[in-house]
Amino acid sequence: MTAALPVLILFSSLIASLVTFFLPQTAHGTRNALNLGCALLKLGMVAFMLGEVAQGTIYEMRLPLAPGLDLLLRIDALSLLFVTLSAFLWLLTTIYAIAYFGTKPELSRFFGFFSLCVAATTGLAMAGNLISFFIFYELLTLSTWPLVIHKQDRASLAAGRSYLTFSLPGSAALLVAILWLESATGPIEFALPADLRAHGDASLRMIFALFIAGLGVKAALVPLHGWLPAAMAAPAPVSALLHAVAVVKAGAFGIVRVIYDVFGIALVEELRVGIVLAALAAVTIIWGSLRALQQTEVKKRLAFSTVSQVAYIVLGAALAGPFAVIGGLVHLVHQGLMKITLFFCAGVYQECADISEIRQLDGIGARMPLTSLCFSLGALGMIGIPPMAGFVSKFYLGVGGVQSGAAWVVAVLVASSLLNSAYFLPLLYRIWFRPVPVEGGSSGPRATPPGILWPPVITAAAALAVGLFAASAFSPLAWATLIVEREYLP
Amino acid sequence: MTATAAMTPPALVSLALALVVALPLLGALLAVVAGRRGGAVALATLGATGAALAVVVFSVARDGAPVLMALGGWAPPLGIVLRADGLAGAFLCMSWLVLGGVMLQGLHRFGPSSDPPAETRAGFAFWPLVLLLWGALNAIFLSRDLFNLYVGLELLSLAAIALVAIERKPETIAAALRYMVFALMGSLLYLLGAALLYAAHGTLDTVLLAARTPAGLPDHMAAALITAGLAVKTALFPFHAWLPPAHAGAPAPASALLSGLVPKASFFILVQVWFGALPDMTDPAMPLVLASLGAVAVFYGGIMALRQERLKQIIAYSTVAQLGYLFLIFPLAGGDSAAQPWAAGAWTGAMFHALSHALAKASMFLCAGLWITAAGHDRLNGLRGMAKATPIAAFAFGLSAIVLMGLPPSGAFTAKYLMLTAAFASGQVIWAAVLVLGGLLAAIYLYRPLVLTFARDMPEGLTAITRAAQLVPLVLAAAAILLGLASAAPFEFLQIGRPEAAAEGLE
Repeated sequence: MTAALPVLILFSSLIASLVTFFLPQTAHGTRNALNLGCALLKLGMVAFMLGEVAQGTIYEMRLPLAPGLDLLLRIDALSLLFVTLSAFLWLLTTIYAIAYFGTKPELSRFFGFFSLCVAATTGLAMAGNLISFFIFYELLTLSTWPLVIHKQDRASLAAGRSYLTFSLPGSAALLVAILWLESATGPIEFALPADLRAHGDASLRMIFALFIAGLGVKAALVPLHGWLPAAMAAPAPVSALLHAVAVVKAGAFGIVRVIYDVFGIALVEELRVGIVLAALAAVTIIWGSLRALQQTEVKKRLAFSTVSQVAYIVLGAALAGPFAVIGGLVHLVHQGLMKITLFFCAGVYQECADISEIRQLDGIGARMPLTSLCFSLGALGMIGIPPMAGFVSKFYLGVGGVQSGAAWVVAVLVASSLLNSAYFLPLLYRIWFRPVPVEGGSSGPRATPPGILWPPVITAAAALAVGLFAASAFSPLAWATLIVEREYLP
Repeated sequence: MTATAAMTPPALVSLALALVVALPLLGALLAVVAGRRGGAVALATLGATGAALAVVVFSVARDGAPVLMALGGWAPPLGIVLRADGLAGAFLCMSWLVLGGVMLQGLHRFGPSSDPPAETRAGFAFWPLVLLLWGALNAIFLSRDLFNLYVGLELLSLAAIALVAIERKPETIAAALRYMVFALMGSLLYLLGAALLYAAHGTLDTVLLAARTPAGLPDHMAAALITAGLAVKTALFPFHAWLPPAHAGAPAPASALLSGLVPKASFFILVQVWFGALPDMTDPAMPLVLASLGAVAVFYGGIMALRQERLKQIIAYSTVAQLGYLFLIFPLAGGDSAAQPWAAGAWTGAMFHALSHALAKASMFLCAGLWITAAGHDRLNGLRGMAKATPIAAFAFGLSAIVLMGLPPSGAFTAKYLMLTAAFASGQVIWAAVLVLGGLLAAIYLYRPLVLTFARDMPEGLTAITRAAQLVPLVLAAAAILLGLASAAPFEFLQIGRPEAAAEGLE
């Protein structure tokens, strides 16, 4: 059983994908049932594993491909954090996407790549060694590209090109980093930290820089973030998935793995690369927020907000104190829930009220109260108003910064929160307090189909709950604490 | 293993080994007689040879040792020996798969019921030539005598040149003539080298040559001449000029053979010479020269592919680039007998590359053939929206593109992994850079055809393509992907009877 579950988890998305590709375009019922069924099945398996892993079970499956090239799936507490998030959001995004697209063309292609993208994310969350991580990382690049260009208009094709222009060299850098590192140590498994001292300091710094360059593309670290705002051309469910779990989180997750399970905190500190990375993350946080302020489109502003927020995870990982790590890991979940809520809502605004510009939001709160409430919860969470989820993350990050002797982190967090308020509060003001514009004579927003109305409600409630009940034994915070206690503390 | 034991495999395996070479040649003769029924003969040959091949491969895999067979019972240097080791078995299987795909598509184009009816001469000539080419390939993969290899190579070139010119268009005849000039030059160089070796050692058997008393200068000259001749035949930069017009001009099923398989045969011989016959030629310059030219080919071919406006020309220049990687085997796996600990990885990696490139490249040319049938031409703009009209072929093309870029999960990624590991482990970072940057370049030149194929607009006025015809390239592309997903078994198989010079595991 311990070998079968990782494979089953992976296949739940993979099979859904492969079968969907071959379904006729018009087989809407079959396709929807297949995708929803697989997503539910996966969530069930994940729920079962949460209990087992909490008690210390480790799941492992190994498939040798060539000497040194093993496909290794291994589920520990950290993998499961990411797998759970992706399984939960896959189900909701599938529901959302089914309602969002209805009976539009090319849906078999869309859902095929969509599930493949989730399979790749799951795979890289479960990867037990560097080369397996790379294989799924590359699969993620390949499966996301067709999603980004799904509309196939000029803007999305340009977005797709930009995505590949950043991603493919990024993957190449990652592959070089992995094989260069392994050339002196042999294959590196996350569970068995290798002694990297066979390399000199200079080589190790170079390799670390290559790792960050390769992973930073997906995590959208400045200056490698250019593709992310462009990718807004993709349909709303894709943006939601990209920003909350699939792509940006893959990069951030990879950075966590590299720091803790490949280099190890001690070596990262000794090489003094951790502090450089933390500084880069801080710059990204501020830069992303500043750019978000300048945007006039809702989705663009959210996109730059992602650039800024994902860097929190990197910051937490790079600071390397226990509290900072907890803050970073828990933000992986918190940011996912909040950001997917915001993108779901932005999609609803777009679909039902044709709103894409921020100035069009005036008075929408009265006409679409539930969606607007969810949007507001997400935005307040991002700002970090207590007791929302974002506050918990920022609190731990701040304490962690002080603990690691980097008190400037607190300043960065405060500045970022101010900036977050500056770019989110005007939206909330428009939504709730500005009058509905009279011109246009439009008949108001169309009715929101339940399939796109309820997923943001669920994620917003979840985002609220993980903050409110952060102290409970079942919160992401408790799980992140478990990870840090179990794996990274002596 | 003693020589006598190796010489007496069970009669069935012996017979099968001989049949693998004999059946395609026999089929070629029959196809001449059968005329317009040549397609049926070819398919029957495919089935029968496949059965014989299965016996051979099964036997090699079961015993974990090469199968040898002395024709007429005469041991070398007097007689001719056929030898099937892991490498030969893998190349034979690859050829069988590609030939199968080519024949199935050939039926549509040159078969009796092809629509419009095949031009008589081309319809008659296609089948004997394809079978002759296959027989020559199999003979090369199973021979271990430099003269037999030469005969195989000549037959191969002859059939290949004729296939280029088969449609008798002025530009393809020009391409065939150019091909012939290069091929003849290559043969001459090779023959000269072989003659020098024979004069010095009195044998051309690779195993006996490996055990020879080194003769100094003649050996070096022979090695240089043979290498140069084979480099010309493998279209190594700067001897590549014949390849793009020939491969792009030939009918698509023939292009699949020419691009996927034919250069692999001369590369196969090159490997036999360097790692089998003359492993002690410790000339440090030669591997570097070969790999440098290969590296130039990777970039030159890639950049030229970027500048083409026709799909088949892009694919043909891509072959120039992809063949370049193969030559990295010489510095990475070491051309000398001092076996480095990482040698086996690079040697096997190069073979993985040869195998997956053959399958993916054949698949691409077959896709191009389908699209030419559908649209009447292969200008890139005509590809717009082909994914709508031929979704399965477009999917196959996409998979093949992943293979050519060397991305996981594919046989080419396993190849890249093994070669990169060897490059880093031996500190030859420059070859690592070639592997990585070459992959990115492939992504750039394949981007245009891919995006156009999947464009939204629906092309009009296309000839319909059946699903069955589209499945053929998909099977080939899937095989190249599968080679990566399940590379443990082929990796083990390739180690059977691997030349000593490439020995020593990665550990």
